[in-house]
Amino acid sequence: MIKLTSVHKEYPRSGPALRDVSLHVRKGELVFLTGHSGAGKSTILRLVQMADFPTAGEVRVSGFSSKTVRPRDIPQLRRKLGVVFQDFRLLRDRTAEDNVAFALEVTGAKRAGIAQRVNRLLGQVGLSHKAQAFPDELSGGERQRVAVARALANDPFVLLADEPTGNLDEWAARGVFDLFKEINAMGMTVLMATHDLDLVRAHPEYRVVELSQGEIVYDSASTLEGQRSRAE
Amino acid sequence: MMPYAFREALTAFRRTPLLTMLSVVAIGFSLFVVGLFGLTAYNIRRAIEKVEEKVEVVGYLTDDALPEQILVATQEIRGLPEVAAVRPVSKIEAMANARETMEEFRDVSTDLESNPFPASLEVSLKPGSRTPTAVARVAKHLKAYPFVEDVRYGRDWLDKIYLIRQILGGAASIIGGAFALVAAIVIATAVRIAVFARREEISIMRLVGATDGFIRKPFLLEGLITGFVGGILSAVLTYVAFRVLDSTMFRIEWIPGRWVLGVVAAGTAFGFLSSAAAVRRHLRAV
Repeated sequence: MIKLTSVHKEYPRSGPALRDVSLHVRKGELVFLTGHSGAGKSTILRLVQMADFPTAGEVRVSGFSSKTVRPRDIPQLRRKLGVVFQDFRLLRDRTAEDNVAFALEVTGAKRAGIAQRVNRLLGQVGLSHKAQAFPDELSGGERQRVAVARALANDPFVLLADEPTGNLDEWAARGVFDLFKEINAMGMTVLMATHDLDLVRAHPEYRVVELSQGEIVYDSASTLEGQRSRAE
Repeated sequence: MMPYAFREALTAFRRTPLLTMLSVVAIGFSLFVVGLFGLTAYNIRRAIEKVEEKVEVVGYLTDDALPEQILVATQEIRGLPEVAAVRPVSKIEAMANARETMEEFRDVSTDLESNPFPASLEVSLKPGSRTPTAVARVAKHLKAYPFVEDVRYGRDWLDKIYLIRQILGGAASIIGGAFALVAAIVIATAVRIAVFARREEISIMRLVGATDGFIRKPFLLEGLITGFVGGILSAVLTYVAFRVLDSTMFRIEWIPGRWVLGVVAAGTAFGFLSSAAAVRRHLRAV
């Protein structure tokens, strides 16, 4: 699934961002990635998307390895990842449905099937009635739902979320997270970076990985993890 | 069904009409300057060519030159690489010409018992060979015949025209090159702005797994269309300028069709290449 092995990441100007990080996210898990700003949460998400590569160590994502992946394979990987950001990253000059359709069009999907699929996705995030609205006409929570629909468009095996509730009020944040829970309940792996500790504490049933200054300082699954790897 | 890239390119025009207009106008006007320059350079060149068409080497023959000798000489000279045509002019023809062109001969010459005008060989030169050196070579060749008494050609003004032509040619390449460069820079900047305005779209495309080629295509197509329309605009502007100049100031000639095609092709190529360069930068950046 997703496996980071002894990953070091150093940026030329800002120094080390990750030190000796090993993390294994299994299929079907929902994992909170927490920590202060600059702890390395976003760096991990960037490495998983292969928008960046480790200075040392290896990142493996669904059969792609950071050591051997070719630049032209990366789009194939990205189609298997659904990504959601704090700032939504919707195209402001396209309607909600066009934003979702965009993700399908760029992968060369047949046009005929797109409209139907977009309808279903918007239904899944509860926004069928806002299909024709432009992002500026939507609330923050609604925009993030559109972003989630877009992230799910290509049937990804994992949903990566970088502070998805960071720009939302508590109600909207809860709504978006409930959506994540639903998606996870249907079997999708979710890796979510957040510094919303209230949200994390409210859901002790999910795994929490805490980062500090580029190192993993806590992993709620660590004891389990250790036992499993010894057994393997 | 229209292919995606083409649909996207057209959509871009619809979404950002102002920016697209700006690019088209920037390309149109920068190439208009090139077009105006071309129009000027072409007309100056034509004017010089018209003067040069009159470059002629005339060999005057002695009265005892035999017709066979003249015929042989005519054929030999015709065989020279610089020579376009050789026209033998007899004594009678020479007198007729003189009478026709010069008023004062009309009364006088009929009284003369013998014709004072010598026969001659009028040698005209090929367009590429109207240079002082080529003319001198032909003149020397003519002079070598024993029955050629004298050789005339407008040496002084030929030298001057040739010099002017050289200077203008050099200046034209430098100024034209500079204008073309400025046009290329303006076009590249305009296209970069257009691509920059859509950098977010590019980053989102990468995010959802579009291949680089897929991302590039609509931009390249957009650049191509913008450049083409800009090129057409510059051709239209140049033509309008030509009509205005031609009807109000002085008679000038319209530039050859392939020059017009060249300007439109340059606009298209510039639009395409600057798009390619601008998108490349953004693809690397994300």
